[in-house]
Amino acid sequence: MSSLATSSRSLGSSLTERRLPRWMPVANLALAALIAIALGAGFGFSSKLQWCLIGAILFVAIQYTASALVEGRRHAKNTVATSLVWVAFLLALLPLISVLWMTISKGIGVINADFLTHSMNGVAINQDGGGLYHALIGTLEQVALASLFAAPVGILTAVYLVEYGRGNRLGKAISFFVDVMTGVPSIVAGLFILSFWIIILNMPFTGFAGAMALAILMLPVVVRSTEEMLKLVPNELREASLALGVPKWLTITRVVLPTALGGIVTGVMLAVARIVGETAPILMLVFGADTINYNPFSNPQSSLPLYVWTEYGKGTDQSQARAWGGALVLIAVVMVLNLVARGLARWKAPKGLSR
Amino acid sequence: METPRETSAPPSDREPHKTPNLAGSSPRRGRSSLADSSGTGRRGDAIFKFASSGSGILLLVIMAAIAAFLTVRAISAISADHGNFLTTSDWQTQADPITFGIAAIATGTIVSAVVAMVIAVPVALGIALFISHYAPRRIAQALGYVVDLLAAVPSIVFGLWGALFLVPHMLGVNAWLNQYFGWTYVFHQNEPGTQPRSLFTVGVVLAIMILPIITAVSREIFLQVPRAHEEAALALGATRWEMIRTAVIPFGRSGIISASMLGLGRALGETMAVATVLSPSYVINLHILDPAGSTIAQTIASQFGESQGTGRDALIAAGLVLFVITLVVNGGARMIIARRKEYSGADA
Repeated sequence: MSSLATSSRSLGSSLTERRLPRWMPVANLALAALIAIALGAGFGFSSKLQWCLIGAILFVAIQYTASALVEGRRHAKNTVATSLVWVAFLLALLPLISVLWMTISKGIGVINADFLTHSMNGVAINQDGGGLYHALIGTLEQVALASLFAAPVGILTAVYLVEYGRGNRLGKAISFFVDVMTGVPSIVAGLFILSFWIIILNMPFTGFAGAMALAILMLPVVVRSTEEMLKLVPNELREASLALGVPKWLTITRVVLPTALGGIVTGVMLAVARIVGETAPILMLVFGADTINYNPFSNPQSSLPLYVWTEYGKGTDQSQARAWGGALVLIAVVMVLNLVARGLARWKAPKGLSR
Repeated sequence: METPRETSAPPSDREPHKTPNLAGSSPRRGRSSLADSSGTGRRGDAIFKFASSGSGILLLVIMAAIAAFLTVRAISAISADHGNFLTTSDWQTQADPITFGIAAIATGTIVSAVVAMVIAVPVALGIALFISHYAPRRIAQALGYVVDLLAAVPSIVFGLWGALFLVPHMLGVNAWLNQYFGWTYVFHQNEPGTQPRSLFTVGVVLAIMILPIITAVSREIFLQVPRAHEEAALALGATRWEMIRTAVIPFGRSGIISASMLGLGRALGETMAVATVLSPSYVINLHILDPAGSTIAQTIASQFGESQGTGRDALIAAGLVLFVITLVVNGGARMIIARRKEYSGADA
């Protein structure tokens, strides 16, 4: 430190410019943390959130001062940017970890074999026990129905966009509206099915109605991911197949689609992972039930996110514990879908394609 | 592993298709197999093209139907409305003179989304830069995966966390903001110490929810910055920050905008997280720390259970407004990207 202090900032040559030692950020962080703790405890801030924020601001300020004194203004700016990026990253991790931690720690206590195999039939709101079997069944059936519609239609649409509709009017229109459809809020999709299926056609609330709304949400995701995958299939494969006299549709179904299959399956699974957690359309269209209903075409069902919502809404300790349990199961389902999809993508990645 | 097998597959698969179709009409072998394949090909091609373009058209029909059905119901609701749909704050669909309007709920939607964007965009860009340019290589990829996984956490879980964990923890922050920044009007609290089930807390939850999506999209863009640009900047003596400012950010600007717009779209349409956190009321209150206000999506979800007939139509009318808002936001993002694409293409 002393050598840094004695040599002034008169040096012009950039090769020998004064630099702070590499351990400086760590020391500054420790200093900032100390002051933050002192301030937090001194003023009696109850929330650790405030301690963290104060520490973060102090850290950036100390970093800037130190750097400006030793390294000059340009480097000071650089140091501030680096510190801010680190702070942003660390601060953002806090809530995200907190969400996962809360869900796991609060949910794990509820989950047992009974919870996974029983419904809420006859369980009072301030009573322990009960389970989410009915919700699990509902989610599985609704998501399966939605995928049955959205996966083929989405893949065929992507095929049209890549193989037939390049540059023509219809292709451009579809491509634009796929983007627009991606942005449709889930509650609007729910309202559409509500107005069309339930109000105008006067159909009852069923799992199928919810599945239709989920399909609308799933469709653009499937189209986009499949389209990306089909674009990765090299043109040489298509040309080779066509040159052998194979008709275009067989080229697509026997050459193009199998080559991209891994990526397509991954895309569909990621789309499924997205709709599994949708609550709003289910709330409006499936309506919720406490009993097991295997038939998605008649009478209301339940679903995992809806289960979390209703249990939270009941407001007792027992029901909130069940809500956390439901949330944990839901997150587990989504994460497993994601991990399997990504693993599949890696394993089935088209080999020999120049990316 | 796929490639060689697939290229050899079609000819062998063609045989069974040929035999039932044209076996009787053309007994010759050499030229006929070509004719056969074009025969089945023509029909197959026609069917397949019809199916795929039909799927695309079905998608367009769904979009049109969404707009049409929502509009039909919305018109019937608005004609029964005794207030002005655009300027009324109240939402009375059970009362005798039915009065409702989107003034308060649209304001709440926009305010909460703006709060979310103000918090989320800088932080998300920070994380994206961290992953693409600051973190050590090996950690960076793992972090990318983690962010992608977090993007998949369902909104209801964020809602649960927001209501049961964040709300009590926001008390201190709210009191502090009110004490030192109350003079800014925005952070003034009418009743200090109330439960912070406010639009501000909602904005914080939304910010956390849209962080992963903004991060994921902008990280992709930052990773695509040509290395030559970055190295050129560094070779000219730029510090890392100057390199990012002069090479990375200009290249990624359209990506940043589209990522933010995607996040904004999510924030505007988010339902369950808002419904769990907010204690709603139908007034316009720009003191964002007060537990007041409501958003369009949250109103639809929480009012739906007790609404009948015109009440439901009124909610559909509100949904139509939300639909139009998200349409404009997403369309705007698309246009910016399209224009930037041309520009950067000419530039590169």
